[in-house]
Amino acid sequence: MRARVFVTLKPSVFDPQGTTVAEALHTLGYVAVKDVRQGKYFELDIDARSADEARRLASEAADKLLANPVIESYRVEVDAGVAEVVR
Amino acid sequence: MKFAVVVFPGSNSDHDAYYAARHVLGQEAAFVWHKDTSLQGADAVILPGGFAHGDYLRTGAIARFSPIMREVKRFADAGGPVLGICNGFQVLLEAGLLAGAMLRNRSVKFQCEHVVVKAEQTDTPFTSACRPEQLLRIPIAHGEGNYYAAPDVVERLEKNRQVVFRYATAAGAATPEANPNGSVNNIAGLCNERRNVVGLMPHPERACELAIGSADGLVVLESAVKSVGQGAFAVAR
Repeated sequence: MRARVFVTLKPSVFDPQGTTVAEALHTLGYVAVKDVRQGKYFELDIDARSADEARRLASEAADKLLANPVIESYRVEVDAGVAEVVR
Repeated sequence: MKFAVVVFPGSNSDHDAYYAARHVLGQEAAFVWHKDTSLQGADAVILPGGFAHGDYLRTGAIARFSPIMREVKRFADAGGPVLGICNGFQVLLEAGLLAGAMLRNRSVKFQCEHVVVKAEQTDTPFTSACRPEQLLRIPIAHGEGNYYAAPDVVERLEKNRQVVFRYATAAGAATPEANPNGSVNNIAGLCNERRNVVGLMPHPERACELAIGSADGLVVLESAVKSVGQGAFAVAR
């Protein structure tokens, strides 16, 4: 079963990389892009019996390793692509 | 006294730390591989700079799960002196032994230069030999040293006098111009509540001999020798 984990900096945390990317886009003429926040995306291929189990496992992995709760939050999607776990 | 220098795959300042402890200060020192489970009876532990596990995922994120880290945590919990330098500081943050996290430098560049930091606290095992407010000219070499913690955490750190090193001008003022990477409140290094675990982004071990530009960093390891010699921060074994 496949789980997708999206890790992003919390809104309150300054994102120097995102800001630099936004400036580059402005240089290219994309002035309509107001802001960019850069994050990480993980695809987890999980040996699980149900979507719930896969979701639980992916969330646990995000809590323990994939995200740093001090600066980041994450979202997990399983198969159908429905946002199920947001933390 | 004996220093243990932990070596992760990708550590690159391990030999600098060993050299400073062993050859400049004439103390005992031992390398400890990250897969080891013993600190070899050391009196103080150094987590050195570098790029442990290639800095994959986040700096220090993989290293914190190395087998030796269980022993480092036990040593820290028992009150033993632990120093994290640069990447070692990042590992201590990821391991939860110190509060906060590191962001990409505000400049989005890897910065390699000498900076001035002010030693604001002298009651830690790595600043006990410092004069109050002593200024140290020592190098930084990092891409992710932009220290961040939530406002309430920063407030607590300041209130508890846990900010040990602060980026400052040559006159000792913690101004925005003296801040190389965007760290909140110019924080260059901090300690835990018990004050035995210290982390800092600059490299004191790379500034231990005048021949290489500065010997200001030596006082950090000298402090450990002094504190351990006085029986402070001793671990019951």
